[in-house]
Amino acid sequence: MQHKVVTIDGNEATAYIAYRVNEVCAIYPITPSSTMAELADEWSAKGVKNIWGNIPEVIEMQSEGGAAGTVHGALQTGALTTTFTASQGLMLMLPNMYKIAGELTSAVFHVAARSLAAQGLSIFGDHSDVMAARMTGFALLSSASVQEAHDQALIAQAATLKSRIPFVHFFDGFRTSHEVNKIDLIPDEHIRAMIDDKAIIAHRGRGLSPDHPVIRGTAQNPDVYFQGRETVNQYYLAAPGIVQEAMDQFARLTGRQYKLFEYIGAEDAEKVIVIMGSGAETVRATTRYLMAQGEKVGMIQVRLYRPFSAKDLLEVIPKSVKKIAVLDRTKEPGAPGEPLYQDVVTSMAEALQTSNWDVVPVIIGGRYGLSSKEFTPGMVRGIFKALQARVPKNHFTVGINDDVTGSSITYEEFDLEDTQLTQALFFGLGADGTVGANKNSIKIIGENTDLHAQGYFVYDSKKSGAQTVSHLRFGKYPIQAPYLIRKADFVACHKFNFIEKVEMVPYLKEGGTFLLNSPFDAEEIWNQLPNHVQCQILEKNPEFYVIDASRVAESVGMSSRINTIMQVCFFVLSGVLPKDEAIAQIKGAIRKSYGKKGEVVVRKNFEAVDAALAQLQRVELQGRKSVPSLYKTNGILATAPEFVKEVTAAMMLGKGDAIPVSKLPADGTYPTGTTKWEKRNISDRVPVWKPDLCIQCGNCSFVCPHSVIRAKFFHQEYLSQAPEHFQSIPINARGFPETQYSLQVYVEDCTGCNLCVEVCPATSPENRDVKAINMQSKEPVLEIQKENIRFFERLPVNDRTSLDFSLVRGAQFLEPLFEFSGACAGCGETPYLRLLSQLFGDRLLVANATGCSSIYGGNLPTTPWTTNADGRGPAWSNSLFEDNAEFGLGMRVTVDQLSQVAKNLLEQLRGSLDGELIDEIICAPQLFESEISIQRERIAKLKVDLMKMESIDAQHLLSVIDHLVRRSVWLVGGDGWAYDIGSGGLDHALASGRDINILVLDTEVYSNTGGQMSKATPTAATAKFASAGKRVGKKDLAMQAISYGNVYVAQIAMGANPQQTLLALREAEAYPGPSLILAYSHCIAHGIDMEKGLDQQALAVACGYWPLIRYNPSLRKIGQNPFVLDSLRPVIRLKDYAYNELRYKILEQTNPEEAGQLMELAQEIVDLRWNNYEDMASWKPEAFQPVA
Amino acid sequence: MNSLKTTYLGLQLRSPIVVSACPLSERVDNIVEMEDAGAGAVVLFSLFEEQIRSETRNYEKVLGATSNAFAEAMNYFPDIEEYHVGTSRYLEIIRQAKERVDIPIIASLNGMTPEGWVEYGQQMEQAGADAIEINVFFIPADLRMSGVEVEKLYVDIAMRLKNHVKIPIALKLNPYFSSMGNMAMRLQETGVDGLVLFNRFYQPDFDIETLRVKSSLEFSTANEIRLPLLWIAALYGRVELSLAATTGVQTAKEVIKYLLAGSDIAMTTSSLYKHSIGYLHIMHKELMQWMSRHQFTSIDQFRGVMSQQNISDPTAYERANYIRILETNG
Repeated sequence: MQHKVVTIDGNEATAYIAYRVNEVCAIYPITPSSTMAELADEWSAKGVKNIWGNIPEVIEMQSEGGAAGTVHGALQTGALTTTFTASQGLMLMLPNMYKIAGELTSAVFHVAARSLAAQGLSIFGDHSDVMAARMTGFALLSSASVQEAHDQALIAQAATLKSRIPFVHFFDGFRTSHEVNKIDLIPDEHIRAMIDDKAIIAHRGRGLSPDHPVIRGTAQNPDVYFQGRETVNQYYLAAPGIVQEAMDQFARLTGRQYKLFEYIGAEDAEKVIVIMGSGAETVRATTRYLMAQGEKVGMIQVRLYRPFSAKDLLEVIPKSVKKIAVLDRTKEPGAPGEPLYQDVVTSMAEALQTSNWDVVPVIIGGRYGLSSKEFTPGMVRGIFKALQARVPKNHFTVGINDDVTGSSITYEEFDLEDTQLTQALFFGLGADGTVGANKNSIKIIGENTDLHAQGYFVYDSKKSGAQTVSHLRFGKYPIQAPYLIRKADFVACHKFNFIEKVEMVPYLKEGGTFLLNSPFDAEEIWNQLPNHVQCQILEKNPEFYVIDASRVAESVGMSSRINTIMQVCFFVLSGVLPKDEAIAQIKGAIRKSYGKKGEVVVRKNFEAVDAALAQLQRVELQGRKSVPSLYKTNGILATAPEFVKEVTAAMMLGKGDAIPVSKLPADGTYPTGTTKWEKRNISDRVPVWKPDLCIQCGNCSFVCPHSVIRAKFFHQEYLSQAPEHFQSIPINARGFPETQYSLQVYVEDCTGCNLCVEVCPATSPENRDVKAINMQSKEPVLEIQKENIRFFERLPVNDRTSLDFSLVRGAQFLEPLFEFSGACAGCGETPYLRLLSQLFGDRLLVANATGCSSIYGGNLPTTPWTTNADGRGPAWSNSLFEDNAEFGLGMRVTVDQLSQVAKNLLEQLRGSLDGELIDEIICAPQLFESEISIQRERIAKLKVDLMKMESIDAQHLLSVIDHLVRRSVWLVGGDGWAYDIGSGGLDHALASGRDINILVLDTEVYSNTGGQMSKATPTAATAKFASAGKRVGKKDLAMQAISYGNVYVAQIAMGANPQQTLLALREAEAYPGPSLILAYSHCIAHGIDMEKGLDQQALAVACGYWPLIRYNPSLRKIGQNPFVLDSLRPVIRLKDYAYNELRYKILEQTNPEEAGQLMELAQEIVDLRWNNYEDMASWKPEAFQPVA
Repeated sequence: MNSLKTTYLGLQLRSPIVVSACPLSERVDNIVEMEDAGAGAVVLFSLFEEQIRSETRNYEKVLGATSNAFAEAMNYFPDIEEYHVGTSRYLEIIRQAKERVDIPIIASLNGMTPEGWVEYGQQMEQAGADAIEINVFFIPADLRMSGVEVEKLYVDIAMRLKNHVKIPIALKLNPYFSSMGNMAMRLQETGVDGLVLFNRFYQPDFDIETLRVKSSLEFSTANEIRLPLLWIAALYGRVELSLAATTGVQTAKEVIKYLLAGSDIAMTTSSLYKHSIGYLHIMHKELMQWMSRHQFTSIDQFRGVMSQQNISDPTAYERANYIRILETNG
């Protein structure tokens, strides 16, 4: 049989099998499982066939609940059906899983196991999700590695067909799903041999058919339901045997033998660890190491967790065992122990009862590795050591410092030395191609040499300037080390300013190789290194090399793409392959990747290879000593609050693993406004203001996605204290004598997106390319601007009540309470949020759906929602993806209820308080900023009186009185939420009539999870799951909402008409009922140069694709047409806008005929909608639904 | 029965009316329609090296910024490696057109770098193009560049391509050479097979509101044919090159004029935009009617009869004639 090896990740390894043995796949994207579904869709679109020669049907649903329903339906009608999911997705599938299992239906759900959202969401891996599915009746089969995931995907399929019990086949999210490893690919012949055709025919035979009808899904009464549940027992009893048979058959075919419970260790082991998932590989390797040291230890890897076969478990436990530690990668608060622990204890207890075992060993349970927390050989050794205690600590944790309840055990890190292994670490930027190049290196080595290769990639949570760390191992033997590299032979730093921020040199082995991408050459570099890095280097005494990769890339026309250059340096320096062979392989890979793009591109990359070889410089360390560094560090953290210094800073510096439990909030509550302490300095180019050209329009600060540009006006007398280079000009508004205007750029927080420059209307008469704001190199202005910022922050914040922020020009002076988020450079969403925070921030409640906005809005370590000088600001929370409308509605209900409670209490206490004040508070108009300000004063006054009172009613009133300042409740999320998964809730919230405001940041695609189609994706655009172009029209959510009659609806696009955006947000907030704002948000998922995002917004409106509308029921009430069309008739064709974007262009390039037809269809849709809207704008008011 | 057969670049064409490079040929269905409407050949829309480079650059920039950069999204677009960036789509159109029509397909190349001309030219040849029309779109904005250097540039490109490509090459020229005739002779020495007279330079306009340069291209009009007409008449019979006329062909009348001047073919685009591809039928009908009226049965019978070398007063094409006109009018 042909033996084929590939280097792929766990998701692909699994999807490869799942696709081949199924006919239908219904999915919904969720990290970290999305790739499996995307691959299935790609293969289906390309016509790849399953083992029976058919092309599986892949369908994307509106939620995991929807996917599970579709899977259920497809199964019930006889198709071989699968799905891929994780975490909350699996939770949404649970109801159907009970049904599928209850009906004994063969199916495999492949799960990249992930944490569940509790005190916080986490996208990373543990077993919380699959453990929550253990009572559904699904079998649970666990894989520990990429190879196992590939193999057991097939074993699960074979077993489900035979046993009729549906399976969850799971493996650890990220650690296995995203680890790239070299595996043996199962040939189709073996796949076919594993699948029993008769079982498939039987499965189809059980499918519903009008030709032999049955009824399934009945409602049952007390008389038979119970017995009915017991009918399945025999199937569950038989299942373990069937799985083992499948494993044995698989072994006969491939030579790879799996067991339900696999024991590795000494025959006379006294201490045994029981574990499942990727951690088993770490335990196995450490056990072998300890055995070699003479220790009597062993380990059991659990593969089939449900149905749990105690008999098979007991068979593999050596009789010599005295102590067992059972490890769970999940937490079940309040339980007597975690699930696997309880099952092992129960099994042993039952064995004792039935005399199958003489003396029950000591069994302890422990938790490890939640949310992909590292699980290392040191921890395993620590667990074995903990077992030595006379009374070992039960219910322990390992890998953290629980200094509150003392659950954690101690351990010392150590490394399983393997001299055959080359280990390399690469610190890169998300956008510099480091990860891509490393994946490429693994492929080169894994698929073109006999060496084995493993790659694992760690990303930070920022979307702009994100840091990546690539962990690569190469060696002669299969690499089973599912933990990060601690001691590397090679460390490369791909971004010079990481030197200060990130610990890198400590990861080097002594005498290893350190490669630094540096603007300084071998002579200059030493003095430019921070002092502590110099010391670290001298201690490790590595081979030290520098290359100015950025300059080399620039010189060969590759812009900032340094990946090829750094890859070449790695191969040359690491010695993984002989140099010439490595260069030949890299060039081969370049030709393969870029061949289609033409010889010129290939040659450019070849030039980069040659230039890298020529420019690599060795730094002589002999005679070096630590010298005062010229490197400038940022000391801003010194002034931060204690929590930020102690906790947030540790996370920022990559030392979050060391934070003890006591330092963390118990309920997931964190202080806001922490991004200001991070100063990420990710852009080398920043905007610089030219006051002499500035017309003070406010456009630049209005569009800035990161709130980096701030405006203030102030009395000129402040200038006497201003730093030398602080810039200001007289304000150009009437009625402000002796007043200066200043625009301050927070250069350290800028992402360099260029939107401010693009939008600036003021150009120099001498040189049209010079504007009132221009991008320039940051280095020369950095220190000046830092000093200016310090002064600017001391200037008084402009009084909201004196500002006319009905105009963009006035709104620029409102303090943003959303700043410096980790959103993409040039993000199209965040300017809307910043504006929201400016307009209503000090009384704002935000319910934020999961997605991009919850990640850049709420992902630790630092968060952007912040407070004003009074300590007021947006209170923000994220519940789930699907429930955000309901979540926000709940906030509104509370606000209304507690306002009423406050009013009632005011009435009750009227006799003890100032009655006039009470009347004023209760009847206060609060539409305008000045009115709100006065109301705050009234309440402050009342609080003084209340605090003097001791009655419980007074205390109750104090706890709710703030509700009488009008609160602004906003439900924020993307189109994936509003159009798809949260659609039902959103519809209900709109129909509630309550005073809620819904802001849909419409990127027309699932941006956060990587560009999957939503119901907002437009006709003719491509997206994942619509690779042939979307044929169905975008849902007109605006018209749906308008149909209620009492919903304020607006469609806005800041890049097309900022004034209309401002007006709509203010009108929506003022409207005392439900409001819906659909905000066009350009996005990297559109495939545009983000600098042109605002231009695209303008074009979207200019072609009529995105008409600017406002539907205001208040107008209907006063006899006016409530539907206002704010944009002009289309002046360009749809394609003139669309074909600037890769999402449309892809189809034009791959299938121009189809693209042309779809574009015509899309144009027709645009024309029709425009005509309808134009019509509506001219209707009489009576033509619209009346409002109560 | 009249014959419209003609020879251009050594290719046998059934008609002298050829569709010049324009976006209509981006759709293979349109090319089929052009053949059905009688076109002698189709020059495909131009492949711009600059555009390909820019698209590739943008593609790399967009994808580079979005790939493998964030834990939840390894990329944002489906099936990333299969996009037809670069020349592949153009080459696919050549291949498809060759499969579906019998008339010659002439690729049009607008290069930028020495390597680009050769690489793309070879790719077009391999994809099955019958000939290549090269469009040297060069504005000598560098004031230090002499006319000799400019001319050398054209000669070098022609020579380079001829050395690397076996199919016929036509060079589309602009009229702004000091000595067009001499230039034609020099180009002939490079081995090129024909000249296309003339291309219309990109001529920028200003938007006086935004103070920005704006670009717009307007269709040629019939009265623009005079310059090409002059030089085709002047070159006919004096160079051993195929001559193609382009610019201003709105009706059969301009086709006839160009043929009378000595061109092998006349190219049209704007007429098809103004009417439809089917308008080629009418042009052919009118050409045949004119031939019948004048009792011509083949193109060769009247090609070049109005050329400088064939008319009784050759000075009609020279300055002396111009002075006479002035005197007459004065």
